[in-house]
Amino acid sequence: MAITRDDVRHIALLARLPLSADEETALTEQLDHILAHFQRLDDLDTDAVEPTAHIAPMATPFRDDVVTNPPDPEAWLANSPNHDGRFFKVPKIIE
Amino acid sequence: MSELDALTIDEARRRLRARQVTATELAQAALERIERTEPALHAFITPTPELALAQARAADERLAAGDAPALCGIPLAIKDVILTKGVRTTAGSKILESFVAPYDATVAQRLRDAGAVFVGKANCDEFAMGSSNENSGYGPARNPWDVARVPGGSSGGSAVAVSSRQALGALGTDTGGSIRQPAAHSGIVGLKPTYGRVSRYGVIAYASSLDQVGPLAQNVRDAAFLLETIAGHDPFDSTSVAQPVPAYAEQLDAGITGMRIGLPKEYFVEGMQPEVADAVRAAVSQLQSLGAVVEDVSLPHTEYAVPAYYLIATAEASSNLARYDGTRYGLRVDHGHGLLDMYRQTRGAGFGPEVKRRIMLGTYALSAGYYDAYYLKAQKVRTLIRRDFDAVFARCQAIITPTTPTTAFQLGSKITDPLEMYLSDIFTISVNLAGLPGLSLPCGFDSNGMPIGLQIVARPFDELTVLQTAYAYEQSTDWHRKQPKI
Repeated sequence: MAITRDDVRHIALLARLPLSADEETALTEQLDHILAHFQRLDDLDTDAVEPTAHIAPMATPFRDDVVTNPPDPEAWLANSPNHDGRFFKVPKIIE
Repeated sequence: MSELDALTIDEARRRLRARQVTATELAQAALERIERTEPALHAFITPTPELALAQARAADERLAAGDAPALCGIPLAIKDVILTKGVRTTAGSKILESFVAPYDATVAQRLRDAGAVFVGKANCDEFAMGSSNENSGYGPARNPWDVARVPGGSSGGSAVAVSSRQALGALGTDTGGSIRQPAAHSGIVGLKPTYGRVSRYGVIAYASSLDQVGPLAQNVRDAAFLLETIAGHDPFDSTSVAQPVPAYAEQLDAGITGMRIGLPKEYFVEGMQPEVADAVRAAVSQLQSLGAVVEDVSLPHTEYAVPAYYLIATAEASSNLARYDGTRYGLRVDHGHGLLDMYRQTRGAGFGPEVKRRIMLGTYALSAGYYDAYYLKAQKVRTLIRRDFDAVFARCQAIITPTTPTTAFQLGSKITDPLEMYLSDIFTISVNLAGLPGLSLPCGFDSNGMPIGLQIVARPFDELTVLQTAYAYEQSTDWHRKQPKI
């Protein structure tokens, strides 16, 4: 399966990455090379195999619906690149 | 002060309690060594001398009061993907260059509670993605055995700090070998615990189903001290498991008489450095002479581990790293062309080439129409790899392998070929996919004087067997006493 430059542009948009023409060229070649190597997974018949996500048999743990980490907006806003009062500021979305 | 040269965590604990040395003296010795050796090694992104001295003073007070917890006064390096409250935490990325952690990771909190002294935030590959430390946004750490060579990655700075005695121990993280591989390359002990053994709360995520925090140390006993401090269930990490944590350091001396150890044939491959295979075979003989019964075993799906890993890890990374968009924290680049442009410019400027490559690969693997072919397929192959280990562990209590196919390579030698770099993780990755505990310890040196690592793997949550096997081997050799000349 070959990766095309158009594929790379499409993925870059999904991934919110701006790519220069050089990066597009390099990534098209590299991803194609890497995925070609990874094709060997197709040798394996996995139709009857269950996927593994966690090695320990675990159910979703539940807890009481109470606040355990008191909100501290000042601390959380301290790292923000731009905020106004207790709100994060972002560029306008709707004209 | 040359005192640090002779000290392990174990020995420092004794001397601190006997009041033969103070925590402040130890911290100062570590800080002086950091200042002297950092120009050559670059093990730290952010040294924290003020924090270290404050923690050391507090440790001295507790020692004087006879109320010293386990790691009281022990200088440690913390990999810079682990949040440390009030201290800059970058994950090796420019996108977090000015990010100050608003809270402690559970592992950092547990070390603080145990009285540890944090000398700095250790260098690493950006977001822990790399096998050489060359993907750090702040320049690579260098191998203290030969500064022209990589220390391994991604926890390269943690390994260098311990190997060069800038700290007595360190925390790293291991997603595909990122503790064990740099430990092997730097001539120290590194342990990746069972997935779920140690809390990931407050650890900057790379691949959430694989990431695990663990210790790097000069010897097995020190690694055991660190593990028993950080391990255990944490209600803040829903994947952490409620299993009792043994007192590892007290139980190292059980011996390995009669222990069945598997030696998988797939871990002696074409293209590996002959000196590495020889050193591991010599270690096998040594373990046999200590009473272990070593038998040849097979892990037949080993060759599929690298592709399965790089599909799962990059898919999870592409999702985890979506949060770095310039909105709530970290870098923002805004040219006034709207929100989407802000996201893209921020990520374009903030991420390095390997992180972009993995986000692209992972986004592709998760994109419409490809999920079943890539991510789901890889998760199923993961089951096959796990079953390989289950079959061996039905007969054997441990498995031993080389940690890496070669010793540390030259800086720049693999950076232009991503696939070749990925293949350098071939012996460590399966252990992450199967969620098992794995440890690397020194088992020799090659003709260039570079350390060789032996990997020991055991059943889930059986870190004790890993540590006991490693301890038995270590006590019969003196590899762990060799130090680089820095």
